[in-house]
Amino acid sequence: MRRASGLLFVRAQKIILILLAISMPVIFPALRASADANDVMQPQVWSEEQIRTLRSLSLSSLPPLPKDSSNAYADDPKAIELGRNIFFDKRFSANGKVSCATCHIPETGFTDSLSLARGLGMTTRRTMPLIGVAYQSWFFWDGRKDSLWSQAIDPLESSVEHGFTRTLCAHLISDKYKKEYEGIFGKLPKIDHKSCPPKASPGTGNPSAIRLWKAMKSEDKDNVNRIYANIGKSVAAYVRQILPQPAPFDQYVDALVRNDLETAQELLSPDAVEGLMIFIGKAKCTSCHMGPLLTNSSFHNIGLNNPKDTGRAEGIDKVLHDEFNCLGKYSDAKPEECLELRFIDTNRTKYVGAFKTPTLRNAAERPPYLHAGQLKTLSEVLNFYRSSASSELEHQQLSDTELLKIEAFLKTLSGPLVFPK
Amino acid sequence: MLKRITSTCSIVSVLVFIGFAAFSDLSFGYTVKPTSDAEYAKTMKSKDGIFKVTYASDPEVIPVNKIISWKLKVETVDGQPVKDAEITVNGEMPEHGHGLPTQPKVTKNFGDGTYLVEGIKFSMPGWWTMTFTIKAGGKTDNVVFNLQLK
Repeated sequence: MRRASGLLFVRAQKIILILLAISMPVIFPALRASADANDVMQPQVWSEEQIRTLRSLSLSSLPPLPKDSSNAYADDPKAIELGRNIFFDKRFSANGKVSCATCHIPETGFTDSLSLARGLGMTTRRTMPLIGVAYQSWFFWDGRKDSLWSQAIDPLESSVEHGFTRTLCAHLISDKYKKEYEGIFGKLPKIDHKSCPPKASPGTGNPSAIRLWKAMKSEDKDNVNRIYANIGKSVAAYVRQILPQPAPFDQYVDALVRNDLETAQELLSPDAVEGLMIFIGKAKCTSCHMGPLLTNSSFHNIGLNNPKDTGRAEGIDKVLHDEFNCLGKYSDAKPEECLELRFIDTNRTKYVGAFKTPTLRNAAERPPYLHAGQLKTLSEVLNFYRSSASSELEHQQLSDTELLKIEAFLKTLSGPLVFPK
Repeated sequence: MLKRITSTCSIVSVLVFIGFAAFSDLSFGYTVKPTSDAEYAKTMKSKDGIFKVTYASDPEVIPVNKIISWKLKVETVDGQPVKDAEITVNGEMPEHGHGLPTQPKVTKNFGDGTYLVEGIKFSMPGWWTMTFTIKAGGKTDNVVFNLQLK
């Protein structure tokens, strides 16, 4: 009995040793975590790799405005001016009260403060920010447009936004902007009420407007479409120029890069610096919020489970069938230049409930948040991200204090905007 | 004696639990990230050793979040060009369980055993794998390239 129990003890010891070896992966992450905690105690010390990451997020890394090959007028000063005038012109609406600037208000960073955008009626989504939008590949929360110009014309025909018709857009250009238009796009075709009925429109969802549109001659439809596309190209030329200026975060990184630690310390509070470290580290925010505009311009499901809105899954088909897409006849691009559209990921299942990553530039200045303004404060957003079960979010455990520090950092991303006056 | 056995057993059961936890922890990332330079080479043999494949990226330094193209050179293991291959592409981030945000395709066969792959876009820094399934001469094989993007 004594011998048998002694043997059992020896075997038990062996098992303990084996299990200790097995459990090392559990113990080691704990050791690593305590090393991370030490790093946080000395927030001013950045490794070379971390500095590289910080530089990649800073505005100093923002390349010049990318070429939009689908819009030959994107950088034409006359198109910028016409686009600006149209952007603020309320005559481009059914009730004469709605312009692009109704939702994209320049004084509040080209967005509004509503959960759901309101024009003639209420839309189903939050107004998107326009800061640095020219750098993106897809437009709207679901990416149903592949250029800024084709995005810009979509709200004109929407019954809950401008509620206008496509033919009225052409009439208005012909009546009020003939000289400016012809100075950019060449001679306007003849637009009269008989061949182009003011109530004709293919995109309003109104059956009689669609019927009237279908009854028009294809040549007239083409003329109207061309003017409509050129309205978009002018507005895009203006919106392209809405750009962020350095925020405290950018000035902090610039100071770090030139090794001016004293100035750096004055620019960001210790909490913001720690928040930045968590942002690029354990919170893994930079997996999606990357580059100087802090977005990857791609689509992710963060676990909101909104059954009424499938997001990108529907956006894929809409952009593929859009007559104003990069491969369409109103685009100025050669087919081989339409890379995003030609190689679009069409796996619709993958994108159910996925929405575009918004820029974090000036995010603190524009509550509410998410694609339908579901959350009112940055703190609510951070708490939601922490609690979400979405497999697309991969941050490690985050404490309440850590969330507050990330919030302190996010506030350092607010800076002035430049845009043509 | 009995007490000693009981306490040993309770320690053992705690450690068995930790051990299982450790295994289940490991099972999350059970695709192990390669560490040797050889596993990140631009020339690799296919899994069953049928083809030797080399890629050249344009641009050479692979950027994140930009659409790029690759030129793929497909040879038999003894260096003969494979001129009539059918090739499909799949890019993945094994540690994250997601793929590329685009659907790259072979858009051109140069006729000398080289092929143009367009529409490659890596959406984030980190470890990526690019798997090419190559079908030629009645044989099919896969080749996997590892990439570490900054």
